[in-house]
Amino acid sequence: MSQKQKTTIEKVNKGLARRYRAEKRFKFMGLSAIVLSLTFLGILFASITYNGYTAFEQSWVQLHVFFDPELFDAKNLLRADYDGLVKKSLRETFPDVKGRSQKRKLYGLVSSGAAYQLQDMVVADSGIIGTSQKVWVPASDDIDMLMKGHIDRTTPESDRLVKDVQLGWIDQLIKEDRLQMRFNRSFFTAGDSREPELAGIRGATTGSFYMLLITLLLSFPIGVAAAVYLEEFAKKNRWTDLIEVNINNLAAVPSIVFGLLGLAVFLNFFGLPRSSPLVGGLVMTLMTLPTIIIASRIALQSVPPSIREAALGVGASKMQTVIHHVLPLAFPGMLTGTIIGMARALGESAPLLMIGMVAFIVDIPGGVTDPATALPVQIYLWADSPERAFMERTSAAIMVLLAFLILMNGTAVLLRNRFERRW
Amino acid sequence: MSSSLLLVFLLVLSAIAFHLGRRKALAVGRASGSPRSLHSRPVYYGALTALWCGLPAIVLFVLWQTLESTVIVRLTLSTLPDEIRSLPDASLGLVVNDIKNLAAGNSFGGIKDPAIEAAANYYRHLQDIGSLIQSGALTVIGLVAMVLGLSRISPKLRARNQVETVVRVVLITCSTIAIFTTIGIILSVLFEAIRFFQHVPLTDFLFGLKWSPQTAIRSDQVGSSGAFGAVPVFTGTLMISALAMMVAVPIGLMSAIYLAEYAGKKVRAVGKPLIEILAGIPTVVYGFFAALVVAPFIRDLGARFGISVSSESALAAGLIMGIMIIPFIMSISDDVINAVPQAMRDGSYALGATKSETVRLVLLPAALPGIVGGILLAVSRAIGETMIVVMAAGLSANLTANPLQAVTTVTVQIVTLLVGDQEFDSPKTLAAFALGLLLFLVTLMLNVTALYIVRKYREQYE
Amino acid sequence: MGLYRPFAELQNMTTSESQLISRDDRQTVGEQFVEDARMTCRDVNVFYGEKQAVQNVSIDIGRHEVLAMIGPSGCGKSTFLRCLNRMNDTIDICRVTGEITLDGNNIYDKNIDIVSLRALIGMVFQKPNPFPKSIYDNIAYGPTIHGLTDSNSELDAIVESSLVKAGLWDEVKDRLDQPGTGLSGGQQQRLCIARAIAVEPEVILMDEPCSALDPIATAKVEELIAELRRQYTIVIVTHNMQQAARVSQRTAYFHLGDLIEVGYTDKLFTTPRHQLTEDYITGRFG
Repeated sequence: MSQKQKTTIEKVNKGLARRYRAEKRFKFMGLSAIVLSLTFLGILFASITYNGYTAFEQSWVQLHVFFDPELFDAKNLLRADYDGLVKKSLRETFPDVKGRSQKRKLYGLVSSGAAYQLQDMVVADSGIIGTSQKVWVPASDDIDMLMKGHIDRTTPESDRLVKDVQLGWIDQLIKEDRLQMRFNRSFFTAGDSREPELAGIRGATTGSFYMLLITLLLSFPIGVAAAVYLEEFAKKNRWTDLIEVNINNLAAVPSIVFGLLGLAVFLNFFGLPRSSPLVGGLVMTLMTLPTIIIASRIALQSVPPSIREAALGVGASKMQTVIHHVLPLAFPGMLTGTIIGMARALGESAPLLMIGMVAFIVDIPGGVTDPATALPVQIYLWADSPERAFMERTSAAIMVLLAFLILMNGTAVLLRNRFERRW
Repeated sequence: MSSSLLLVFLLVLSAIAFHLGRRKALAVGRASGSPRSLHSRPVYYGALTALWCGLPAIVLFVLWQTLESTVIVRLTLSTLPDEIRSLPDASLGLVVNDIKNLAAGNSFGGIKDPAIEAAANYYRHLQDIGSLIQSGALTVIGLVAMVLGLSRISPKLRARNQVETVVRVVLITCSTIAIFTTIGIILSVLFEAIRFFQHVPLTDFLFGLKWSPQTAIRSDQVGSSGAFGAVPVFTGTLMISALAMMVAVPIGLMSAIYLAEYAGKKVRAVGKPLIEILAGIPTVVYGFFAALVVAPFIRDLGARFGISVSSESALAAGLIMGIMIIPFIMSISDDVINAVPQAMRDGSYALGATKSETVRLVLLPAALPGIVGGILLAVSRAIGETMIVVMAAGLSANLTANPLQAVTTVTVQIVTLLVGDQEFDSPKTLAAFALGLLLFLVTLMLNVTALYIVRKYREQYE
Repeated sequence: MGLYRPFAELQNMTTSESQLISRDDRQTVGEQFVEDARMTCRDVNVFYGEKQAVQNVSIDIGRHEVLAMIGPSGCGKSTFLRCLNRMNDTIDICRVTGEITLDGNNIYDKNIDIVSLRALIGMVFQKPNPFPKSIYDNIAYGPTIHGLTDSNSELDAIVESSLVKAGLWDEVKDRLDQPGTGLSGGQQQRLCIARAIAVEPEVILMDEPCSALDPIATAKVEELIAELRRQYTIVIVTHNMQQAARVSQRTAYFHLGDLIEVGYTDKLFTTPRHQLTEDYITGRFG
């Protein structure tokens, strides 16, 4: 063997240890990148669940209310002093509370929504006037936070939102079993509110629903039609190139720019109602169209040409070929793309800020032209509120939003796995 | 909701037209011997009749809907006394709003001007008449067109071809929506931006070092033009995007490399979709997380080492934005790396290269154009990202290179300038559109370049 | 093959079948072993998952010889070739049994390092696969990763000598910094050969190196192979029997995963001993 080759292999062997170390390092870096991403995903989900799961429960206080007939005017049941009823009941529960500031602390135990609840009871059944009733009303947000452990009893009183006297009353109520945790139904049935304990996501989800309805009704047919034209009919020329560049670019245009478009065109030019799911849906349509068109084109491309040739071969027109044979085969793919586009629209909030779907709206929208907000925007609004209780609600709303998104994307994945054909 | 009811009515009318057309075609076919003597199948005659009935009516409907309110407002204004009509545009707009509100039945407080009240009544009156005329006209047009369509049915009528032509036109229209969207975006930001640049010179905007639009809220203040030097806004945007890319590029790229070259089938099948979940999380969730978890954490961490960190530091927003972009970089890099032919790997392994050497010295250089294209797209996304920065980055336009301080971004400024009460002519509102124009142009450039690079790259290995 | 069946049967009748080993006998015949072998292979089996691609192959590869492996498509010759430098390791489902040695060391031994093994046994592929780098960087790649040089001038010398040996120096010496992918197909393949010899291997494996080249480029590569034999041991898989006859000293004939016959090239093509070999070289299968 020549001397040269001996030294070659020796040189190779000499560097081996170093090279394998580098190899290991590199592989480790790759693995840690993945672990890092997944860790973050875990932290995100864990922190949101940890912060939010308690919002599905709510503290309730039992009041003994005497509906004093003297307070009610039979003609106008709405006008009675329900607030006074609540306060009176609290005073009777803790008769030794004296002084203004003490009383204010006492009234702070229950939510301001308690008065409205009594009002609703009386309006629903005026027969209860003159009787004594045991009524469960929501506790105020601070008490709720204390019950859920988000306010620490051991912090010094001056730094604590719930004062020592209140703690005493709370303990007494708990002992009498008049302060309970219950499933928080109103979170799903109520609209927005300034009081965290009364705020719910019904308004926002309804708004999101109407908005998505508009988006779906417009973007699916238009997207499919555009994809069919570009894929099946259009000749390759400068015009279709231009359309294609436009679609690809629009898919990457920042969503807030679509919001500016909506503001300038739909609100200011066409004068459509501000804050309405209709405008939100139109903006989202324009935003999701590129996604749907691109997905639909891929679905159409995956239908083999032999099917088209077969149909054309038996004398079908181009249009018949597409409608009878190509579209049904491409449909699952198009649907998958549409669902993914809808999921994106559901999670999107920036353009909605531009068209005014960010207002404080208590009422639950009854149609596409009513002022409304959307679930992600509701999250944004709540996240801005200083109360600790809103942080919990925000996290819970996020959990609901994520649940919807997982449901939609899961459906898309299922659809794809179920109908995906390999030709 | 009478207009949607009208739309449903038109659809029902068209359905009837379809049925009648088909029946007529069948009858005509029987009369002239066999159904085969018809040029097209009866369904097409039905469809053609339905189109005859529905299309003109729907075109009219759309035109009416878009023009109605303008016409009614014009007519109403013409009844107002001259001194109101001669008001400047902005105040006139307020008057119109009052009238509309009044007409809709939302009276805020006791209204004042009898002229306006009269106008509101007239407005309501016009609306009622308008919707009556509209319904009547649509029904008549639909019925007449349907009868016309029916009368044209004969065995020689090339119904299928005509229906297909209409469908084709509809398809073409749908495909041009992308172009109209782009034009719409450009026009809607361009006009307002031009009006902005009439107030503030372009050079001041592009090169000015001070951004404080808030001072310009009242136009009657002396010297209240505000400061519209956008440089601090640009640098803030760039800093947060750069931070995001510093997180996203290495992690995304290394994840893609690991999944493409090292991971077994099972790890790949589980890991990839898991990381892609990150891409499906709404940005508002990231924003919430950045503002309420990450920013306080960084601030406390800084405090422990005696470093003062702003509670709205660029770092928190940048970090979280980076995490949001990881799956994006990963997917694109994964595609691009997988597109490098196996022959390259074989060639390298056959020379005795280790996996990492093959990746670093052969695959990455080969995949570089594609990866660069992907990164450009990611930068475009980072620049345009809104919710994370709105929630986690600040409003104060600091000109700083310190990521621990608060900075502001283009998108944050657009949101703050446009959300809430706005008056349409103040430079403050218009500035948002100028920023929007800039944002659109920059992302357009990045996107087109990136898409071009990626396409060229794909073609190279196809 | 089906189409020409009648003609094939006609030929069958004309050859004297009695002297040939019957088609059913899959024992290897001929000079499969040599003295002074560089590589030895004993009872090599290759499996792709459940499927066996190579069965019980035993053969020696001598010093400074060109061994040609021929056979119809899918006969396992390329698979076997890829065992010789463990390229099959990159395929997950591939499993190799038996013993292959290089200079007496079992290359499938777990003490053998795959990196240094491949530095000793180079490979050239069917389609030229230059890296998307400059011509210079293509050649320098191997020496750089293995750390063979201490200075740039040494590396320059290796690049030059490799290109000279591959007969490419005169054609590319003025454009070493241009991408290797810009060369013609034949030049690319010679670049790949130069890339392989830049790390000074002992054995070079060639997997149908000329199948993507035109006749003139093929002639150049064949010339080069004859030249390289002086320094290296070469194993070449080819579809082209004329090529095997032109470049090799010994030829091995594979059929459906079996090594049927090995012989000195001139003998094998004139007087095959096995019926299958004869069928193949007379063109009865393609």
